[in-house]
Amino acid sequence: MEIFGIPLQAFMGQLLIGLINGSFYALLSLGLAVIFGLLNIINFTHGAQYMLGAFVAYLSLTHLGVNYWAALVLCPLVVGATGVLIERLMLKHLYKLDHLYGLLLTFGLALIIQGLFRNEFGSSGMPYPVPEVFQGVFNTGFMFLPKYRAWVIVASLVVCLATWYVIERTKLGAYLRAATENPSLVQAFGINVPRMITLTYGFGVGLAALAGVMAAPIYQVNPTMGADIIIVVFAVVVIGGMGSIMGSIVTGFGLGLIEGLTKVFYPEASATVIFVIMTIVLLIKPAGLFGTQK
Amino acid sequence: MNSPALSPTAAQSQAHMWVVFALMVAVLAIAPMWVYPIFLMKVMCFALFACAFNLLLGFGGLLSFGHAMFLGSAGYAAAHASKIWGWNPEWCVLFGTLGSGLLSLVVGALAIRRQGIYFAMITLALSQMVFFFCLQIPFTGGEDGIQAVPRGKLLGLFDLSDNQAMYVFVLVIFLASFLFIWRVVHSPFGQILKAIREHQDRATSLGYDTDTFKLIAFVISGALAGTAGATKSLVFQLASLTDVHWTMSGEVVLMTLVGGMGTLFGPVVGAAVIVTMQNYLAHLGAWVTVVQGVIFVICVLAFRRGLVGEIAHKLKKSL
Repeated sequence: MEIFGIPLQAFMGQLLIGLINGSFYALLSLGLAVIFGLLNIINFTHGAQYMLGAFVAYLSLTHLGVNYWAALVLCPLVVGATGVLIERLMLKHLYKLDHLYGLLLTFGLALIIQGLFRNEFGSSGMPYPVPEVFQGVFNTGFMFLPKYRAWVIVASLVVCLATWYVIERTKLGAYLRAATENPSLVQAFGINVPRMITLTYGFGVGLAALAGVMAAPIYQVNPTMGADIIIVVFAVVVIGGMGSIMGSIVTGFGLGLIEGLTKVFYPEASATVIFVIMTIVLLIKPAGLFGTQK
Repeated sequence: MNSPALSPTAAQSQAHMWVVFALMVAVLAIAPMWVYPIFLMKVMCFALFACAFNLLLGFGGLLSFGHAMFLGSAGYAAAHASKIWGWNPEWCVLFGTLGSGLLSLVVGALAIRRQGIYFAMITLALSQMVFFFCLQIPFTGGEDGIQAVPRGKLLGLFDLSDNQAMYVFVLVIFLASFLFIWRVVHSPFGQILKAIREHQDRATSLGYDTDTFKLIAFVISGALAGTAGATKSLVFQLASLTDVHWTMSGEVVLMTLVGGMGTLFGPVVGAAVIVTMQNYLAHLGAWVTVVQGVIFVICVLAFRRGLVGEIAHKLKKSL
């Protein structure tokens, strides 16, 4: 069976890879959007924190024998805690300044983290085993779907939707959204906004680390994995606009799919297609697909 | 971004600026007697790159995180013109400059559609696109770059393969561009640019088409970054992917930040500091990245005026 002259199997295979990439784009841009909403800072360290998540998982497995499931819970907590430290010690001093300083500071932090790991581990990748439950494939009739990949797509969808639910439909989320609109007013109602900001940053960073743990068995664990993906995620964020949580999720998955499709039909452009789409979106709707121009 | 270094009264008198400028010229004129000329030429190329970048950030308040694309692509253009077409060096530099100017016109027109943080992200993403483009198309030589680029004969007369002649060529380009930037900053155009930096809506309400001014600043900055890149590729006889990579965009931000954004001489000092540091730490490998990151963090948290900005603040003069 063929689609547009491409064997169905290859076609679906690329679509699947696209969906996987899309899962990570969605998780990462979601974290960026949550952080940006409250802190007004673009977290350039996000890629490094994604890489940290994968490394903490790898190191705790090889040194302490922590398995995948424990890592899935532990790594986001550990890396999220470092995020809390970064916010308390550094970022908090920048809120009164131009937002660009936040970008510069987090860029510097990313350089430090990535440099340290490159010193320690070189730039070659370390393999992380696929957890036992997910070894093997599903035979769907028209293609073989590796179980672990199916899990990643489902899990990241669940995490994304849960985050959306918490922010858009619960009381906690309502506080969060209110603080995004007008922090001083929310504080006047007796809500500890600085703590909320700290925890939000920690949560966003934790999301990046979670993505890192999930990515570890698919891509190899290596110090530059975050730097490569973060620029694409920035483009995803520009395309979606950071105004809406659902927007980040949809754009993330959608662009992953488009990237996968490009690999099928015109592989040379697959590295640049997202940037091209960004250009087109900027021309047609500068605020982004789901954004509102301030 | 605010530039604390500039106070309205200090902007009036420029006599002390000429003294500092003369000092800079003197240092650059006699330095080759003690310092390796290639190193000095590298410093000047990066100083020009940083000055061009600072025109946009320090005076226009626009943080471009993709300036490497102008440096790198002009490098490729000049190297190609020199090696394949056999052009004279002055035409190669001009070609690189115009090429980058054209590229910055396109990029700028797109990027100024959003402001602040988005502007930074868009320029970064577009420069990544240029990076992949340079990686894939054949004429850039992919991972190898364009090697063994001939320096050629200036005006067909002076052989630049002699380091001394090349030094003078680079020095003239650097000083001319510096004077040009100085002139731009103190022109009515530069004043409007600063007004837009301070308060864009107010500038709009005064009747200025702020987008056009920002675009012009972007093109000047991009073209001059191209001049730096083209010159650099002739100096090192090499155009490579390093110059288009995003780390290079980060480095120019760092140079400007260290020297002092919004000051004229800051980027020059910043470039000298960073290039020197890279030279001495080169054997440490990835530690250079770590050190740069640490400098970034320190500058942002505690040293936002930068070296020259700090001096200017102490002297209560603009530098």
